[in-house]
This record gives sequence, C-alpha cells and structure tokens, in this order.
Amino acid sequence: MLTRRPLVRHLVLLGSLAILALPVRGQEKTRGPARIISLVPAVTEMLFAIGAGPRVIGVSSFDHFPPDVERLERVGALLDPNVERILALRPDLVVVYRSQTDLIAQLGRAQIPTFVYAHAGLADITSTLRDVGARAGAAERAGTLAAIIERRIGVLRKRFATGPRPKTLVVIGRDAFALRGIYASGGVGFIHDMIVAAGGDNVFADTKREAVQATSELIIARAPEIILELRGDPIDEATQRKEVQTWDTLASLPAVRNKRVRIIADARTVIPGPRVVEAVELLAGVLHKP
Amino acid sequence: MRSIRTRILTAVLTFGGGALLTILVAPLIGSTPISLRRAFDWSVPFADNPDAQIFFIARLPRTLAGALVGSTLASAGVVFQGLLRNPLATPFTLGVSAGAALGAMLAITFAPTLALAGIPAGPLASFAGSLIAVGVVYLLASARHRGLSTNTLLLAGVTMNAFFSALILFVQYFADFTDTFRILRWLMGDLDVSSYTPLVSTLPLVIVSFAAFVWLARPLNLLSLGPDAAESRGLDVVGAQRVAFVSASLATGAAVSVGGPVGFIGIIVPHLVRLMVGADHRVVLPASALFGAAFLVACDVVSRTVMAPLELPVGIITALIGGPFFLWLLVRRR
Repeated sequence: MLTRRPLVRHLVLLGSLAILALPVRGQEKTRGPARIISLVPAVTEMLFAIGAGPRVIGVSSFDHFPPDVERLERVGALLDPNVERILALRPDLVVVYRSQTDLIAQLGRAQIPTFVYAHAGLADITSTLRDVGARAGAAERAGTLAAIIERRIGVLRKRFATGPRPKTLVVIGRDAFALRGIYASGGVGFIHDMIVAAGGDNVFADTKREAVQATSELIIARAPEIILELRGDPIDEATQRKEVQTWDTLASLPAVRNKRVRIIADARTVIPGPRVVEAVELLAGVLHKP
Repeated sequence: MRSIRTRILTAVLTFGGGALLTILVAPLIGSTPISLRRAFDWSVPFADNPDAQIFFIARLPRTLAGALVGSTLASAGVVFQGLLRNPLATPFTLGVSAGAALGAMLAITFAPTLALAGIPAGPLASFAGSLIAVGVVYLLASARHRGLSTNTLLLAGVTMNAFFSALILFVQYFADFTDTFRILRWLMGDLDVSSYTPLVSTLPLVIVSFAAFVWLARPLNLLSLGPDAAESRGLDVVGAQRVAFVSASLATGAAVSVGGPVGFIGIIVPHLVRLMVGADHRVVLPASALFGAAFLVACDVVSRTVMAPLELPVGIITALIGGPFFLWLLVRRR
C-alpha cells in the first residue's frame, strides 16, 4: 500500500498541472488554430484569402489553388480521406465535408476540432467564409473579404437586372465527343446562382435539384440560346473545337444555330470559393458578349 | 400439335405485331408534348423545327436503340441458356458485361478524349473489353477439352466476372469521383444515344449474329438433349457450341456498347417467352428477339416519362417491372 503513494501523489500533481495549463490553451484558441488541414478546396482558397494560408499544413488531393498548396501534404479527399496521415500531421483544425461522418467521428475521438463544410448556394459562400474566418481566428479579414465579394456580386446583379437574359444551358458533365450522359445544373446550387447573378436564365431553373440528367429531348424542348460547358480541368484547343462541334447534332437549338456554345475550362467556375466573384464576371462576359 | 411452321408464323406475327406497335407508339410519348403534324412538316427546314428534332434526334434513335439492344440481349440470353444448358444463364454470365464495364471504365478514366473514326473511346473500349473477357473464357474452356466444356465455361465466366469486377473497383478507387459516378451510371444502362451512329456501327455485327441465331435454332434443340444425344443425331456439337458462343458474345458486346449492361432482359424475356410458346428454339428465338425489343422499348418509355423531366435509368425499370411480372407468371402457371 505504502509503495503506491508516490505514484498517486504524482498523478495528483500532474492533474493539477493540467488544470493550470488549460487557460493557456484557451488563450491560444482565441488566436486560432496553428495547424489546419483542409479537405475542401473551396475552404482552402478561403483560408489563403484571409491570410491563414501559412497555418495550412495539409490539403486534399484535388487542391491546386493557390499555387502554394502544391508543396503541402496531401491527405486524400471526399471519398478517401487518409485518417492516419491526418492524425500524424497533428492538426488542431480539420475542414471536412458534412457527408464525411466516419471521419468526423474518428477526429472527434481523437479530440481534434473539425469545421464541417456544407455545399450550398452562392449566398452561402460568403457566410461560409465568415464562419471559416471566425474559426481560423481571422474573423475581421474574412468579414471584409466577404463584404467585398457580396458588393461586387451585387453590382453585377444590378447591372444585369434589366436587359436581355439569355436562356442558358449549363452543362457540368457529359461523355466525351457525344451528347450522352449530359448533366446540367438544375435550379439549386451555386452554379445556378452564378448564372442568375451573371444575367442568364437557367433553362432548368424549375428543377429543384443541383444536377439534372438532361436527355436530348429535354434539351431540344428547353431550346437554350446559349450553352456553357463548365470544366475544372484545362483542355487543348483542338479538343475544345471538337467538343463544341459535337453539339451540331442538335441543329435546332438556338445556341447551336447562333454558334453560342462555349466550353469554359476554368477552375474558378466550379469551386465555390472566394474567386467565385471572378467566375460570375467571367460568365457575365460570355453571356452578354454581343 | 400444330405444325412447326404455323407455330413459328403465329409467334412471329403476334410478337412482331406487338413489337412493331410498341416501336411505332414509343416515339409519340415523351416528357415534352410535340405536334406530329409539325414534326412531319417537310416545308419547315429541319434545323428550325424542334418538333421534328425531338422526334428524329431524341426519340427515334432512342426507340431504335431500345429495340436493337432489347432484341439482341433477349435472343443472346436464349442462346446462352441453350449452350450452357442452364436456365439461369444470362448474356452476362460469361463475363461479357464485366469486361465491357472495365473497358468503359478505363476509357472514361484514362482516355476520355480519345476517338477512333468518329466513334468515341467509351463504346469502342467497352466492346473490346467484352471481346477480351469472352476470349479468355473461350480459351480456358477449350484448353483441356476437345470442344467446349460447358462446366468450365460457366466457372471461367463466373470467375472472370468476379475478377473484372475487382479490377473495376481497383481502377475506380484511383479515379476521380465524377468518373466513378459516370461508370456507375453507365452500369445502369442508358439508351439516350441522340444519334444514329452507334446504331449503324453496331448493326452489321448484330445482323451477322442474328443470321447465326437462325442457323442455331435446330442445333440448340438437339443440344438440349445433351451433347451425346445430339452427337448421335448427327450434330457437330463442338461446331455448334462455337458458333453459339461466338455469335451470342459478339451480339452481347455490341448491345452493351450501345446501351450499357441493361440487366434482366436476357433472362426474363426468354423465360416469359418459353412460358408462352414452349421450349422449341425455332419459336423461342424469333419470339424472344421480338418480345425483347418491345419490352425494352416499353421500359424506356416508362423510364423517361414516369418522373419527367427527370429520367430513371432504364436498367432499374427493367428489373422493377420484369422481376415481379416474372414471379407472377411463374406462380400463376403452376
């Protein structure tokens, strides 16, 4: 019995030290996390935009912007997060998708705080930005940036509120060189919101889902005046020309007849991050080019 | 018992009439109301006539694709069931669909922008994949036997299916998840071909296979007695097995490259037809081809209208309609 006493005493001592240490950790928290991992490219962009970039230590395998991320550790992505590598990096904040419930549970057991990202509309981008700022200890800069983005989008909205609104088909995916397996933006989500802000009328605005599988019949029936194909990865000019020509099969479409099929291979149009305002400007330029 | 000629004639006329009716009616139905008068009004230039475009570019190729894929899969199902002497055989039993899926997956993941002679890489690769799969199965089944061992065929086919499925999962794991979703969607079957090119490019293969099926009707009848009995009645068993295997595999590969591996047709249609006309392949083969065409075209009409403007994958409809209907017929006939 007696021999155990020193051990107990040590434990008590350690415990009180830990209690003493807590307030110190609390103070650190107000300055924000120092080791951030982001599995969400849009949030990675936000972190860098509000000056928290130097504190990001790991990103997803789909992150390519800003260029600084190329030298960071990759920790998987939406479907294949590498929990082991995430834990090994000893993060104090991990940005995850809402659907990554297993990962969230595992990080919770490891007592690593998470920021749960939910994919939604254009207006949610700035609110996410503010939330990210608050969590990353850069609330002020995030607020300023969010206000700038909102103002710039507001300006665009106002500019295109009156005047012609071309009926737009926004293709977000299809088979190569064929009008098969076409997925278009429905009337929900940030891509739809971007088109509206840029002064276009989404032909599938009435479908309350983010993506619609658009058959050729549906597309002919909706008669888009302009077709925009958004792609995240760059494509070469020859392929681009061929892909535009693929639409010639549907010759009755006003967009095809007036040669207004555009392939926009620009990551900004598919990542709901702080560059979204540039994307809206880009889309507005294409939609309203005489 | 009526003479075989009358039975064939009756079956062809009844099922042919049904198929023709379905194929004629199907393009009239869709998510968008169109005016037939406008669609066939030649005085309006085609490019300015959306009704005609919906009819001739969206609905007609799709209906024809349904007829082609449906009749091919149904009759290939009959041939495989006869060849393997197994009522559970489907056109996909010997690895055709898994090989095709792997081909399509590889094309979608690694060569999305490749095209040969105007045909995109996807259908080409899926056809090549199906040929490789059945080629391997064929070599395995004929390696240690004179002719084809149906047991080895079945086992090799099942193993190839599993092996290719593992390869698909392996490739999928490294693919972008939009590509993963594409392959999943491809597996559900899709007839919205939106041009006649896929149909025209697969038609020669299908015609050759169907010619072989016509010849195969009698040999398959004999084979159903068992290879020895068939041999004693003067059938070149090995030759017939080869023709059956190659023609049915080619036809299946072609059909899958057009519409994806649409499930259930290849097993349900032959059995339904057998319940109606008996087991003689001379009647079952043409009747299955015609009924398969009608069935898939009808399922496609359901798939594109039931949730319009959203579309359900046709493979889901064939299984949802086909399964219970088949069970009902099975129970009723007892």
